[in-house]
Amino acid sequence: MLKIKANNFNLYYNDFHVLKNINIDIEEKKITAIIGPSGCGKSSFLKSINRINDIVEYMRVNGEIIISGQNIYDKRVDVNSVRKNVGMVFQRPNLFPISIYENISFGLKINKIANNKSTIMAIVEESLSSVMLLHDVKDKLYKSALLLTLEQQQRLCIARVLAINPQIILFDEPCSSLDNVATKKIEELIMKLREKYTVVLVTHNMQQAARISNDTAVMICGRIIEFASTEQIFTCPSKKETESYVTGRFMI
Amino acid sequence: MIKLNSKFSQKIPFFFLYAATILTIIPVITIIFVIIKNGLSAINWEFLTSMPRDGMRAGGIFPAILGTFFIILLTIIFVFPIGICAAIYLNEYAKNNLLTRVINLAIINLAGIPSVVYGLFGLGVFVIFFKLGVSVVSGALTLSIMELPVVITTTRSALNSVPYSFREASLSLGISRWLTIRHIVLPNAVPGILTGSILSIARISGETAPVLFTASALYVSYLPHSMFDQVMILPYHLYVISTQVPNVRKDMIYATAFVLLILVLGISCIAIVARIYFKRRKKW
Repeated sequence: MLKIKANNFNLYYNDFHVLKNINIDIEEKKITAIIGPSGCGKSSFLKSINRINDIVEYMRVNGEIIISGQNIYDKRVDVNSVRKNVGMVFQRPNLFPISIYENISFGLKINKIANNKSTIMAIVEESLSSVMLLHDVKDKLYKSALLLTLEQQQRLCIARVLAINPQIILFDEPCSSLDNVATKKIEELIMKLREKYTVVLVTHNMQQAARISNDTAVMICGRIIEFASTEQIFTCPSKKETESYVTGRFMI
Repeated sequence: MIKLNSKFSQKIPFFFLYAATILTIIPVITIIFVIIKNGLSAINWEFLTSMPRDGMRAGGIFPAILGTFFIILLTIIFVFPIGICAAIYLNEYAKNNLLTRVINLAIINLAGIPSVVYGLFGLGVFVIFFKLGVSVVSGALTLSIMELPVVITTTRSALNSVPYSFREASLSLGISRWLTIRHIVLPNAVPGILTGSILSIARISGETAPVLFTASALYVSYLPHSMFDQVMILPYHLYVISTQVPNVRKDMIYATAFVLLILVLGISCIAIVARIYFKRRKKW
């Protein structure tokens, strides 16, 4: 089923035309990877899906991004409700300098998702166990989250998103600060998340896209040049640029 | 070829850098030493808590301490709420447009105006135009205007030191801009804001020129009981007994300077302690 649809979506920073006529249909409960060279606009597109780009000064957009039938750039839409529905995990773990427990409970309390202690605790534990972190941290829930390893921090970032109960989760190169072993574990987690959530993943790492995604979009110079099933993109791409990019022979 | 370590060429710059450092501390130590040596003997309970007598040649400096204290208190009440709110607006909300640039320019220029000019401005505006008279409130308003740019600048740098990623993380959880500022940015900026504020207070308490025409009196025979009263203040009292009144005992002059010094140092010490406390708590 269709979850996210971009309709002639354009994005500009000042006069710089970053995204050019993006049209894409992203399916529900699948992992969609966006790959492409650095600076091609893939992160900008990802950050348009939860409107976190709004905080960039001189940013303007035209066209539509439709999530579950609603254009999120409609003037009447509350941007905070969009962001609650579309969670995001960033390149580097960006936890708050507070305890593990508070990192998760913060969003719950402020967003008034849960008020009483036992409900909050239940959600904290549930989201920690969904990211397979509960076992490691259950004795130090009230210790600073910044004492965890980078991989654990990134898991906690994911748990923090899950606690808000979104439908879509965006990953912006979530493994770029992790080593191989940690990367593999996070990838396994992302694949598990597909059962419940629609995942959009931006990555530099083509093997990662090939390993875990269902569909892949190839983005070059602000355009999506090809969007198809991951298998097709990596085995018999229809465009020459795609082929040269995925085989590592791409030159701008 | 391996050269021998020429120790001499290392020692010359080291010597000059070291000498420059020593030169900066010598005056400070000398001032404190001279003041304590000459003034400590005159400090006693009566000096701190009684009215001046015999044309300020005897008695205490209580009204001047109280006056300084009142002015500092009122200035704090005026300047910090406005300064901190303005800094939050400029740092978190203001778009980088012409108006913001003009405001930034104004803040930088306000900080560079000599303090006596603020004094004259206060005299013209608060004392005469608004008919507040020479009073605690006129002095506090004048000091507030002078200190506002400093408070805004230090608060902004404290807000700026909170990593951008904290804001991004909070907003991406669907938390509104204001709640992000309220729950994420401000708590993490408090140490910086506090340190900057306390240093501002130390600066306010030592200022003479802005309150000279707007709040202070040569001599007031009663203690201030409203904010529309004229008051004696420590820096001006020090000036008066050192130059305007003949035959004041030398130890009384130094004792007054000592009290002023302790007041300013005391406030700065609070800032230092607060900074140490919050630095230990800071986790990023």
